[in-house]
Amino acid sequence: MTVVKAVTCPVCGCLCDDIELTVRNGRIIKVKNGCAMCEAKFLSHASDHRPTKSMIRREGKLVEVSLEEAVRKAAEILVDASYPVLYGWSSTSCEATKVGIELCEEIGGVIDNTAVVCHGPSILAVQQVGIPSCTLGQVRHRADLIIYWGCDPWSAHPRHIERYTAFSEGRFEKSAWRTYINKVKALVGSKKIESAIRRLAIKSWEPAVARVEKSPSQYLSREGRKLIVVDVRRTKTAEMADYFIQVEPGKDYELFKAMRALIRDQEIEVDRVAGVPVEYLEDVVDVMVSCDFGAIFFGLGLTMGSAKLKNIEEAIRLTRDLNMRTKFIIMPMRGHFNVAGANIVSTWETGYPFAVDFSLGYPRYNPGETSVVDILLRKESDAALVIASDPVSNFPHKASEHLVQKPLIVIDAHMNVTASMADVFIPAAMVGIEAEGTAYRMDHVPIPLKKVVDPPEGVFSDEEILRLILSEVRKIKKERMEAG
Amino acid sequence: MELLIKNGYVFDPLNGINGEKMDIAVKSGKIVEKVSKKAKVIDASGMTVMPGGVDIHSHIAGGKVNSGRMLRPEDHFRDVEKKTAVTRSGVGYSIPSTFTTGYRYARMGWTTVMDPAMPPLEAKHTHEELSDIPIIDKASYPLLGDWWFVLEYLRDGRIEECARHVAWMLKATKGYAIKIVNPGGLEAWGFGRNVHSINDPIPNFCITPREIIRGLCKVNKLLHLPHTIHLHTNNLGMPGNYLTTLETMRCVEDMYDGGKPVMHITHCQFSAFKGEDWRTFDTGAEEIAEYMNAHSHVTLDMGQVIFTDTTTMTADGPFQYTLYTLTGNKWVNHDVETETSSGIVPFQYRPKSAVHATQWSIGLELALLIKDPWKIFLTTDHPNAGPFIGYPQVIAWLMSCKAREETLKKLHPKARKKSLLPTINREFSLYDIAVVTRAGQALALGLTFKGHLGVGADADIAIYNINPEKLDPSRDYEAVIKAFGCAAYTIKGGDIVVENGEVLKHVPGATLWVNVETCKPCEMEVDEGLKRRFREYWTVEYENYPVDEHYLAISRKINVKADV
Ligand code: SF4
Ligand SMILES: [Zn+2]
Repeated sequence: MTVVKAVTCPVCGCLCDDIELTVRNGRIIKVKNGCAMCEAKFLSHASDHRPTKSMIRREGKLVEVSLEEAVRKAAEILVDASYPVLYGWSSTSCEATKVGIELCEEIGGVIDNTAVVCHGPSILAVQQVGIPSCTLGQVRHRADLIIYWGCDPWSAHPRHIERYTAFSEGRFEKSAWRTYINKVKALVGSKKIESAIRRLAIKSWEPAVARVEKSPSQYLSREGRKLIVVDVRRTKTAEMADYFIQVEPGKDYELFKAMRALIRDQEIEVDRVAGVPVEYLEDVVDVMVSCDFGAIFFGLGLTMGSAKLKNIEEAIRLTRDLNMRTKFIIMPMRGHFNVAGANIVSTWETGYPFAVDFSLGYPRYNPGETSVVDILLRKESDAALVIASDPVSNFPHKASEHLVQKPLIVIDAHMNVTASMADVFIPAAMVGIEAEGTAYRMDHVPIPLKKVVDPPEGVFSDEEILRLILSEVRKIKKERMEAG
Repeated sequence: MELLIKNGYVFDPLNGINGEKMDIAVKSGKIVEKVSKKAKVIDASGMTVMPGGVDIHSHIAGGKVNSGRMLRPEDHFRDVEKKTAVTRSGVGYSIPSTFTTGYRYARMGWTTVMDPAMPPLEAKHTHEELSDIPIIDKASYPLLGDWWFVLEYLRDGRIEECARHVAWMLKATKGYAIKIVNPGGLEAWGFGRNVHSINDPIPNFCITPREIIRGLCKVNKLLHLPHTIHLHTNNLGMPGNYLTTLETMRCVEDMYDGGKPVMHITHCQFSAFKGEDWRTFDTGAEEIAEYMNAHSHVTLDMGQVIFTDTTTMTADGPFQYTLYTLTGNKWVNHDVETETSSGIVPFQYRPKSAVHATQWSIGLELALLIKDPWKIFLTTDHPNAGPFIGYPQVIAWLMSCKAREETLKKLHPKARKKSLLPTINREFSLYDIAVVTRAGQALALGLTFKGHLGVGADADIAIYNINPEKLDPSRDYEAVIKAFGCAAYTIKGGDIVVENGEVLKHVPGATLWVNVETCKPCEMEVDEGLKRRFREYWTVEYENYPVDEHYLAISRKINVKADV
């Protein structure tokens, strides 16, 4: 029995790297420090339902074949295609993505990652206005105001709050730092905060805005960090917040606008914005400008709403405005553990974070045109390779339909819905458990992924499989060129 | 493989060779005395032969550079590189993708490039990109000036332990030199503040920028690092900052023992501003040059402005914020816990802006007024003052009064009036150019095997289509620009990688890093208590922090022995 320390959890964008695993006979039997999602993932490597054999569809049925045969078939599909798409990448290593990009360039296809269906709008917004942000430790050390907007970390990023924000301990989090900050400002600031809190505490946030009862979070003292949640519904995270602002669905944009106006001391003519009484909003804005370090984390609640791009742009503009008054940062809550890494690698090799089209021999980027969902909806692709992702379960129906109609290659550790519809399926090792590599946390900090146990016999990593396909593609191209 | 470069006019300042016609022999990647008859011959008659270019300061890799790429698709759209049978595709312009970066340097005959700003926590990112950049050798400087451990050790007067920590950090980040950016200012920026002189106390740490600079300068000596401390001054980019710069240079005067310099001030143009504000903005180059001509303990690089659309990116978060408030452009800020900050703002330098035009003038004034070319090197602080592909243009400005006059004509009249350039008629020779683009840089970096063509040196060689006997660079500066933009040959480690500006080979380059052997281990490596402190300071585990050597495509370790 061995214990492996400082293992990185390959599940969500928190990328906690303090996991301790107990391994016996090549199986992980105990997971320490992780959340429930983490535990489930690490224990799943030994599941009996893992596919371990490559498969090819023959006469409508997936039949087992050798790895070589599957690789050959996959390479043929890709070489024969004139406009293939390579999709997934957010749950694999950067090393695998690099090979993927090389493969895509070789076959003149389109490579796109799952950002396109989650934080794509966030990236587009950043390309419009930029983003004031930081690493998570900066929040842990310094932030006295945390705002979760349109996200529910308690459920989706279970350790985010304890490791990086409200429940974490930082250098300046306690009394000490106040004395260092410009004294006058601190005095005014803390009084403002205290009075705001007092006011908010006696008022009831009815009906749309509700102040939550004192939560299980006794760590959140009045003087210490404050946690605000803005969401359309009362999530688990909202239950723990000092304040919960219930915004009317689809009205986030109005709320940002109003806050920006209030920061600039402009009058607002209406009583309520997005269902929130303006006087409450004034108090909240007061807390925001008088904090010493504020952090906004936002999630799919903003990127999937009807206003999408406009929402995020306005959220970033709000953060920029706040920097005129104090220190404020904003950060998207990236979902898959390496979606940030997929964007990052793609950017350094091609200049663009997702939706990169190589059909003209150089990288081209035009989301809406070169993004995979749009290509599928226009029925333009004639083959696809899907890796570490299950698009059939979450793409629009029409897009999935086209995806599975054309030759489809799937590389995955599990037989998911997309895999079950593949023409070529190659089982993969679980990266971060059975294969090493690198992943980037939601704040762009690179963290190594460990290989803790061996993959099942005959199963290779994404990176290795892609390399095999790439060299087979080159071989076929050469053969055909020589044959004339 | 053997190679013989025949009959070129060789400019090899470190070996005192000034345009002599001679042959250069290459074997197994090194310069050798002679080669056998089987050697491949390159006929370099009528051409200029120099050591491969060395760049002491160019932001080519890492989190900040990549955020710039991500921020600016519009930077790439019109500047693309197609895949060829041997090269990968990519994009430019001011923040080229990794492959393109390597090719473009190689096409100009540059073979060694130092990335000057690596946040230690994100060092793996920097190295992943560096390893991806083909052909050229490279290295990176970890940002250590605002690192909490450094601040605390210096505050407590524990200089030797500080030195051992820095040694550990260089090893952990696979770094090359100590980088200091706006010392103290970055820590202050954590709460949205800054420091405004080298004597300002740094909030929360009871220490001043002066103490950081002096402390790390001492550390640098204790560790015998090949390069000096590499400093981006306080108040960078602010009118009147030439005084801060002078004070900064003065503050380490006593550490100079007559041997190697003890400090490198980078992109000095940005730190040589006179005037009370942007309206009275003026050049402080004369004062800096005067100081430099009287002292030998500092080296500089230019940070020369090129009139173009570019992307500014530094670890100086508060400076980038100021730039954002001045321009209203898009703005990225990225503070890194316990270590540093960074910011990015797209920027256009326009000749018709009085300030930008004066900045352009300052860079050249510095290079031309400082008499000794071994004291100031050619850079554009890529991409801050302009992308590195502008080097040939800068070379032309240095070599030709006429080239400078042409540009002066286009400037804002106010800037033209203030410019000292019309009073300067110095023109650089090819020898001087070889000093400021390779020999001087290699010497300052302590890269003994680069920047020259002596026996035993790396066979990194650039051959340009310049016949020094026929071409008058002063008059025909356009030909100079063309020749330096498109090397006749670039040879990297004995491999012909470029011919007539065309990349022939995609080969990996090495990553250089300094492995300091200390007399005893740094506390952190042995003390469990400190390891706990590590966990409190950062959000990653101690074990996951260092950059494993496998992140380096080719690892080239430079061993040094420390005093501590
Ligand atoms: S919060 Fe995310 S990364 Fe951390 S242990 Fe849970 S699933 Fe893993
Ligand atoms: Zn720089």
